[in-house]
Amino acid sequence: MRMVVDLNRCQGYAQCVPLAPEVLHLHGEEALMYDPNPDDSLRQHVLRAAASCPVQAIVVDRLDEIGKSS
Amino acid sequence: MRAELIADVVAEFKAYGRIVIVGASLAGLRAAETLRDEGFTGPLTIIGDEKQEPYDRPPLSKQVLKGLARADHTLLPRMRKVDADWRLGVAATGLDRRVKQVRLADGEQVPFDRLLIATGTRSRPWFNPQEAALEGVFTLRTADDAGRLRAALAAGPGRVLIVGAGFIGSEMASVCRELGLAVTVAERAEGPLVGALGGVIGDIAAEMQRDHGVDLRTGVSVEALEGDAQGHVRRARLSDGTTLDVDVVVASLGSIRNTEWLEGAGLASGRWGVACDAGCRVFDINGVVTDSIFVAGDIARAPHVLYDYQFLVQEHWDNADVGGRVAAHNMVSLEPQRRPHLPLPAFWSGQFGVNIKGVGVGPFADEIVITQGSVTDRRFAAAYGRNGRIVAAVTFNHGKWLEYYGALIERSAPFPPPPPGYDHPDGMQPMPARFPTPGAPTGWPDVVLTGHDPTERGAEYEYRTKKR
Repeated sequence: MRMVVDLNRCQGYAQCVPLAPEVLHLHGEEALMYDPNPDDSLRQHVLRAAASCPVQAIVVDRLDEIGKSS
Repeated sequence: MRAELIADVVAEFKAYGRIVIVGASLAGLRAAETLRDEGFTGPLTIIGDEKQEPYDRPPLSKQVLKGLARADHTLLPRMRKVDADWRLGVAATGLDRRVKQVRLADGEQVPFDRLLIATGTRSRPWFNPQEAALEGVFTLRTADDAGRLRAALAAGPGRVLIVGAGFIGSEMASVCRELGLAVTVAERAEGPLVGALGGVIGDIAAEMQRDHGVDLRTGVSVEALEGDAQGHVRRARLSDGTTLDVDVVVASLGSIRNTEWLEGAGLASGRWGVACDAGCRVFDINGVVTDSIFVAGDIARAPHVLYDYQFLVQEHWDNADVGGRVAAHNMVSLEPQRRPHLPLPAFWSGQFGVNIKGVGVGPFADEIVITQGSVTDRRFAAAYGRNGRIVAAVTFNHGKWLEYYGALIERSAPFPPPPPGYDHPDGMQPMPARFPTPGAPTGWPDVVLTGHDPTERGAEYEYRTKKR
């Protein structure tokens, strides 16, 4: 699956980190690092992490709804 | 004239018009998705010179170089199907506005009714082509670049030399130290990041680099690179007479805007980008706004109300993300529905464990004041001012406060601003921000005010010789 985090928007609240620790972690106090291409098996974790973000900075693909991109 | 005549034309255009997007990165992709979201059902062609489908670049200098993500694993998330004809791996080489066609490198001509220009930038190559061709000499802009550089770093080179201490150069130095590699950073200016943030912040960034074991050399340039018998770079000669033994050299010298393909098209384009109005419509060389050609992303330069209406060009992620959407919306909307794209510039940079974020245009300022936190703890906020107005702000590990400063900048509030929070440093005296004087040898910042002229080529004047 594909994701990006809009790091202009990200405030480092880190609500997302415990919900998908395989994908998201803090580098230092507030710089968020993430895997832009997590395994599909982690989709539910990533969606929950995205939903938990107070500033909605996590953008997840909708490839499961729209099928392979074209 | 019937009031609905133009509305009918737009409705018909949305159904049957032909749109071509040149540039298949963030701005181009988000534009394509927006066009479909807004009901455009006509043929859509997306042209990109790279083979990969649209991917995200910021992770390349961080996660990818560090080995946390593969270079081909940063493809951008898709928000919807775009049903486009993708022409990837073939560059646009020309634009003929009379017949409304884009010319491709393979000779094909692609016709359009409306065109979006989103060709972005490329990295500035090392100035000496023979030296640039040495094995171990890199630039970083594309996923391919990142893959090659990652492999070179993973091989455990003896010393890495990074030429240029802008944001990308500094981020790469940070990754090298995290990988345990010896790294030298050579910067022509007095410190890192000074083009974008000035000398006061540059001093702090320099200290940060040295604390993390970077061999930072400022006020020097790299004059020559030397290779061994196998053609691999082994040595660098610096302007202060010293030499360095190096196995990897990364030229981080800023970018060149991809506007050459527009030469001869009569548009207001040049080395600073493509001039447009606040609604992304491109100007021709006379300053007449075109109605069928739009521009978005790194090369769009539009007059900005907050900065004396100078044409502002900004190589920032959200400028491509939002600019692509606004341009697309305006391409398929009637005049009353058209929207401006006047973002407050905003950036982030993760380096040495510190999150650096900023808003506004620092180089527009002449003064800076530390308003919150502690410089020695590298957790602080600073505001930039010009003529008694706040025009920019930067935070180190203090990003939650940035919105406060952004709101002040948007209404040109007085400088120095009243600091929020309780963590005010003693004194809080504004001081000179120490930006390099124009023309001083350093990299250009990612955001540049490029004056008031829509074009660098001059106009075709109409002399009053004809009878009226």
